Amino acid sequence: MPLESTQSNLFSDALEDAYRVHIEEFEGPLDLLLHLIKKNELDIYNIPIAAITRQYLEYMELLKELNLDIAGEFLVMAATLLQIKSRMLLPLTPEEEEAEVEDPRAELVRRLLEYQRYRDASFQLSSRNLLGREVFARKFDSPELADSAPKDEPADVELFELIEAFRRVLARVSVETFHDVVTDGISIADRISEVLSLLYGGKTISFDSLFYDGMTRDLLVVTFLSMLELCKMKLIRITQAESLGAIWLTSTSEADALDGEGIFAE
Amino acid sequence: MPSKSLTSIVESLLFVHDQPLSLDRLATLLEEHERGDIRLALDDLMEEYASAGRGIVLAQVAGGYQLRSRPENADYIRRLTKSRGVKFSQSALETLSIVAYRQPITRAEVEYLRGVDSGGVLKSLLEKKLLRILGKKDVPGKPLIYGTTREFLELFGLKDIASLPTLKEIQELAPPDPFADQPELPLDSVEP
Repeated sequence: MPLESTQSNLFSDALEDAYRVHIEEFEGPLDLLLHLIKKNELDIYNIPIAAITRQYLEYMELLKELNLDIAGEFLVMAATLLQIKSRMLLPLTPEEEEAEVEDPRAELVRRLLEYQRYRDASFQLSSRNLLGREVFARKFDSPELADSAPKDEPADVELFELIEAFRRVLARVSVETFHDVVTDGISIADRISEVLSLLYGGKTISFDSLFYDGMTRDLLVVTFLSMLELCKMKLIRITQAESLGAIWLTSTSEADALDGEGIFAE
Repeated sequence: MPSKSLTSIVESLLFVHDQPLSLDRLATLLEEHERGDIRLALDDLMEEYASAGRGIVLAQVAGGYQLRSRPENADYIRRLTKSRGVKFSQSALETLSIVAYRQPITRAEVEYLRGVDSGGVLKSLLEKKLLRILGKKDVPGKPLIYGTTREFLELFGLKDIASLPTLKEIQELAPPDPFADQPELPLDSVEP
């Protein structure tokens, strides 16, 4: 294979040694490949795949020597490189020649270029004047403000925050270590009616007040599910004054139109 | 021409509020004034702060206006606050920029672009409130889709997501593209 031998002479041992001295951390296989391309001043549109594959595998070998875990992604890329290399060595069949098959490297080049674009964008992003790093704004974190009821502009709560809040509630309840066959037997429909009656007349209650101490885990889950169900039925609105602030439940006008008892009784 | 008192009222509001104030919000608060006058007052203030070389600038961030310290003075402020400010890992920055440019985007798409597992970094960016879950994509498996938050805009001092430099502009700063000598299609040459 004359192609490979000339290329391996071209990128001689000097490179191998470079990595023994200095090990860089790479974000992933694409980052490593870009580094190799840049270091060898290669044309990204015409990568000598045999040489790059060899260097890539050498780097992985080095990681192994150092007993570092090799992430699966690096192995996947190694396999991809070897596959491209072998496809380039195989002569094209006459049909393939006619069909003008794409260069086996094309997909990889596209990914590398795209990755490079976002990497450049990330450098650009971090060179901006960041709040709290280059620029500062006034803020007050008075605890009274953080905990007060929602004011004029409550924001709808993100689902993620709601789940986070429920996770905190669940964490407060100790995990029961014995099997207790007593059941509260409260259904979601019952709990929905209870929650609605608490909110009757346009009242606002806090998320935490629905979960009092001594509730069983079952009841916690039922309560949370009822809350989600009510929200889905557009009978309550879940809001907070600011992100990370206390979460509040308010009944909507549609809920007030019902008379507290509601439509859930079977 | 906004009255002198309006400019001073707007300045006071901006000084007291601890988040960017939108023009909409200002217009609601100052209902006795014309929206156009409020906008002019904001422009005046912005110019005044910029031209007088003051230690405060009026910045347009996250769809609103906020008084911020002048970036050149950062070192001195850090002596006062003793904070080192946010520090991002390269993987966090990569993930943030991919989501910023490509939102709405799924975790699998982020991972394809980065070539590495990104579950952990997405989770920590969600916790830092720089990303949020926009919903679920209507494809098999219903994967979550991610987007950036208001906090992201505030942190990076962006007026809105459209004011990010385009990827094309970024590339022009980078080494030249070997295909660059191809004649440009006359699509972009329309004068505004």
